[in-house]
Amino acid sequence: MKSFVSFFSIGLFLGILFIKSEVASWFRIYEMFQFKSFHMYGIIGSAIALGIIIIKYLKYSQAKDFDGKDITIKPKEKGFTRYIVGGIIFGLGWALAGACPGPMYVLIGTFLPSILVLILGALLGTFVYGLFKNKLPH
Amino acid sequence: MDFIYNTWAWYVAGPLIAITMFLLIKMGKKFGMSSNLRTMCSIGGAGKFVDFFKFDWKKDVWNLYVVAGVIVGGFLALQFLTPTAPQIHPDVVLQLQDLSITSTNTSFLPTELFSLESLLTLKGFTIILIGGFLVGFGARYAGGCTSGHAISGLSNLQLPSLIAVIGFFIGGFVMIHLIFPLIF
Repeated sequence: MKSFVSFFSIGLFLGILFIKSEVASWFRIYEMFQFKSFHMYGIIGSAIALGIIIIKYLKYSQAKDFDGKDITIKPKEKGFTRYIVGGIIFGLGWALAGACPGPMYVLIGTFLPSILVLILGALLGTFVYGLFKNKLPH
Repeated sequence: MDFIYNTWAWYVAGPLIAITMFLLIKMGKKFGMSSNLRTMCSIGGAGKFVDFFKFDWKKDVWNLYVVAGVIVGGFLALQFLTPTAPQIHPDVVLQLQDLSITSTNTSFLPTELFSLESLLTLKGFTIILIGGFLVGFGARYAGGCTSGHAISGLSNLQLPSLIAVIGFFIGGFVMIHLIFPLIF
């Protein structure tokens, strides 16, 4: 129960943030890919800038998590093909749908049935990836 | 209260995202919004057909709690905290008019794409379904999405994440500059 409340609260905060910062708006994504506004780049850029400092601090101070366990941040597996090809496919969808996975859930609150189709599509895409995983170059 | 109702500036939103990542790491987890799709497939029984979904998803249930919060947070923000639609650059408003999208600056999402009327057309339905499909497929293929690669991965200075993010932008530019003129 305690874990439900804490993770739910984090999600609640993120949900509000995705709407209030407009990163869940199709228009903002389109504008970003048109290079016409600094807004999205500023959000992603400042998140990474502070993120780098946070991760450096966590590693340098050998910080523990709230349960007192060591924090281990798994490095991403080495590779090229899966990242560039998967990335491009993701980018095509991100621009078309104007939403990445977090914002998709946020948009359920619009009560537009199309958002449920969008999420269904994402689940279907995930499933089909799992189906062909061993046949795809990674 | 204006602070709550107006659009949150990038220098507020960006650091808040980083702080969310920090909290999730301190809670022994990581910041990523697409792996929950795999968890949902597993819960839905996809493990019966495909080994990729045969994993101990109970360990990952926390990311569904986050999703539940995101859904409620989005609902609250959309219904009570967002009186104005995103105000987009004037050049972009004109570009969108050329694509017959005129709900810019009056709606959070383009009604031309997301309305029920549009969904009930073959073209409208296909665009939404394929958009979602590419996001889900691409995120798992690349092993992460905007949050997992662009935020978490780049914060940890991961080369694979940089490659993935470059891919995100190649895909996005191709879609908007080359494919949009063909479909709209």
